[in-house]
Amino acid sequence: MLELDRISFSVDEDGQEKDIIEDISLTIPDNKLVVITGPNGGGKSTMARLIAGIEKPISGRILFNGTDITQMSITDRAKMGIGFAFQQPVRFKGLQVLDLIRLATGRQITVAEACKYLSAVGLCARDYIDREVNASLSGGELKRIEIATILAKGSSLSIFDEPEAGIDLWSFQNLIEVFENMRRSIRGSSILIISHQERILNIADEIVVLRDGKIAAQGPREEILPTLIGTTSMMPACGKADPGAPKSETETGKGEQQA
Amino acid sequence: MIRQLDEIQKRLLREVADLHKVPEGAFNIRSNGESAGRASTANIEITPKENGSGLDIRIKPGTKNESVHIPVVMTQSGLTELVYNDFFIGEDADVIIVAGCGIDNCGPKDSEHDGIHRFYVGKNAKIKYVEKHYGSGTGTGKRILNPGTEVYMEENSTMEMEMVQIKGVDDTDRTTTAELAAGAKLVVRERLMTHGQQRAISSYVVNLNGEGSSADVVSRSVARDDSYQKFDAKLLGNAACSGHTECDSIIMDHGRILAVPGLEANNVDAALVHEAAIGKIAGDQIIKLMTLGLTEQEAEEQIINGFLK
Repeated sequence: MLELDRISFSVDEDGQEKDIIEDISLTIPDNKLVVITGPNGGGKSTMARLIAGIEKPISGRILFNGTDITQMSITDRAKMGIGFAFQQPVRFKGLQVLDLIRLATGRQITVAEACKYLSAVGLCARDYIDREVNASLSGGELKRIEIATILAKGSSLSIFDEPEAGIDLWSFQNLIEVFENMRRSIRGSSILIISHQERILNIADEIVVLRDGKIAAQGPREEILPTLIGTTSMMPACGKADPGAPKSETETGKGEQQA
Repeated sequence: MIRQLDEIQKRLLREVADLHKVPEGAFNIRSNGESAGRASTANIEITPKENGSGLDIRIKPGTKNESVHIPVVMTQSGLTELVYNDFFIGEDADVIIVAGCGIDNCGPKDSEHDGIHRFYVGKNAKIKYVEKHYGSGTGTGKRILNPGTEVYMEENSTMEMEMVQIKGVDDTDRTTTAELAAGAKLVVRERLMTHGQQRAISSYVVNLNGEGSSADVVSRSVARDDSYQKFDAKLLGNAACSGHTECDSIIMDHGRILAVPGLEANNVDAALVHEAAIGKIAGDQIIKLMTLGLTEQEAEEQIINGFLK
């Protein structure tokens, strides 16, 4: 179980302090699939990064299975059982898909074992196991490999930051199946997905709507989903983003140039 | 026949030539300036030069699936040597040549091996050349390696060169030149890591003289601590040919790298491309591996190991 207790986070923007997350308290119970949704710029990705330890809150506490992890490193949180799938998966020159899966499991697993994780995300394992995780892979392929690393890691809390971002419709169909399968074998773990997609919201146990750094709504899917239809918090699988909405990190192309 | 080698010499042989025992096929093992063992085969003849300055290696035309090992190990501090090895590769041959030099210097004096390798590659011959350099030892004397490689390629010959220097060489000045006739193909894969106060310079001059010749020279390198590297690759397109050179580097700590890719097109049908990128390890790469449970240091090691694989 994950508990956020009065978490706040802000960034310095042109000398001005800008609040991204304001005094949020939230519980992600065991055996639940929770989807966080809401308009772009509402603080969703930041919340995921705070949980994984990539960012540290300016105030508040984060408890994981009763332990205060607020000041813990990314590594220690990962070892405790938090998995995090990046919105924009990272490319590595030279590292092969097999290497990455082995690092995720923390063991020198056999090629056959590693292939199971690739098959689970709909990739023909034989074609990918020796591939380098570099620019030769498409956005959809990278995204599936990223999800395979999370499956291989086997976390008790798996966080997915906009798993649908940057992938084509065909891959998206497959992605839904992956999450449906995860949903079926959730026992003893929990899944947190950040998403705008109706089909992902459809498999949620609970939905949290984040807007302007605050929780705008929260509750069981049956209660929250009907209020979201047709808003910018949600879009159908082949819908277009609201052109007036602020750009996400993906679109603004943040990040360093890879060596 | 092979002379008894001590444990350090055996370790160096493993590092530079993956040799755990006497190799099959033709070989010459040079240890502290002398031959410690040599063998020729029916198709590959290794003979010392008359003036003792090195070896002539003659590979008969049509020789297939054979290998030549000519590793060098040095464990004597203060030894400096200059060796010329000439390879005469007959037409249609298809062989693997493994060279490499390991220096273990536990003394106060510099140890230096300068090896000049000349390859005369016959028509349609296919060569894979592997050269590894390695240094170890706790002495204050430097471990210096200055390899010079000259490649002369006849029509439709192919040469693939794998040059690796990952650890322990304090100072290296490597020059490689190649002359390619029509249809000849040269592929170079260089991997280099420097640390401490090390300095490594690697220069290439490739003349694409014949129609349809091609060259692909790619270097991947990592400069750590206070080390310095210079990669200088020049391709000259003197005919209808294609050439590509790439330098891809990671800098860490106070490492410095100078990449000087050079292209010279002397023919309107020469197609030449260069790429060069130098940067630190991307923060996202480290964070991704940390989210899999690796420490920052373990993540860096994995990224570098993969990069230089």
